[in-house]
Amino acid sequence: MIPLSHFIVLGAILFCISMAGIFLNRKNVIVLLMSIELMLLSVNLNFVAFSRFLGDTAGQVFVFFILTVAAAEAAIGLAILVVLFRNRGTINVADLDTAKG
Amino acid sequence: MFVQLVFYVLGAVLVASAVAVITARNPVHSALFLVLAFFTSAGIWLLLEAEFLAIVLVLVYVGAVMVLFLFVVMMLDVNLAPLREGFIRYLPVGAAVAVVVVVEIALVIGASGFDLGSMPAPPAHEAGYSNTKELGALLYTVYVYPFEIAGAILLVAIVAAIALTMRRRSGVKTQDPARQVEVRRADRVRIVRMPAEKRERVSDR
Repeated sequence: MIPLSHFIVLGAILFCISMAGIFLNRKNVIVLLMSIELMLLSVNLNFVAFSRFLGDTAGQVFVFFILTVAAAEAAIGLAILVVLFRNRGTINVADLDTAKG
Repeated sequence: MFVQLVFYVLGAVLVASAVAVITARNPVHSALFLVLAFFTSAGIWLLLEAEFLAIVLVLVYVGAVMVLFLFVVMMLDVNLAPLREGFIRYLPVGAAVAVVVVVEIALVIGASGFDLGSMPAPPAHEAGYSNTKELGALLYTVYVYPFEIAGAILLVAIVAAIALTMRRRSGVKTQDPARQVEVRRADRVRIVRMPAEKRERVSDR
């Protein structure tokens, strides 16, 4: 059987890849949003693994709620992105300095 | 043995596709690699006997969220070259932080607290076991209040997304229901009194 630590390490690797993605793609809002989705996926993987190994279905209920919130977040984030592109003509984070003063 | 092989293959595909998501030059390719990552995660969740969530991940994420991503990425005509600048410059920092965090987590987890000795793998459920049934029983009893809040969050999200992206253009013919209802008979109908006229029939000519 596969030990629990392998699942957690897989989730940790996934989390760190998405964290590196936020570091690397700090100009591109779309890839930033995708990195956040990957982060949520790694957290969900941990939840499911612990739910299985502890025999408690409540972990899967939490994954359900995280999926709900992540879907809402993606919808609103992409809506903001569309409005941003319509008003400014760019999605480059470096150009979004209106609130800088 | 077969289960272990499946797990390691899926894990390798998952890590590779996650790396491809953050390094792909084209955001469309990133989105497609993210779809692959979600599919392989669904496979791993099936190994963990979370069948309902695996199907939900494919249906909701691959079917709805990623299609939304692809739709937005393809709709925006983005100049990609300026978005890539700084990638090489931040590569050492990002890679260093990622490696440090992975090593830290692996050190914490690897301290024999989570291996098979201290946390043995539970036996597989019997054939008639329904993951969906158990999850539903828990969701509609203990977690019914959070469940309602989740529904409210989705409603707020859909209202916010539509309110953000809706725009009124000038010069477009639209209906205004309020003004349509306000209209009185006198505004539209005019009764003209006139004497009756004799109609000339076609057959008389």
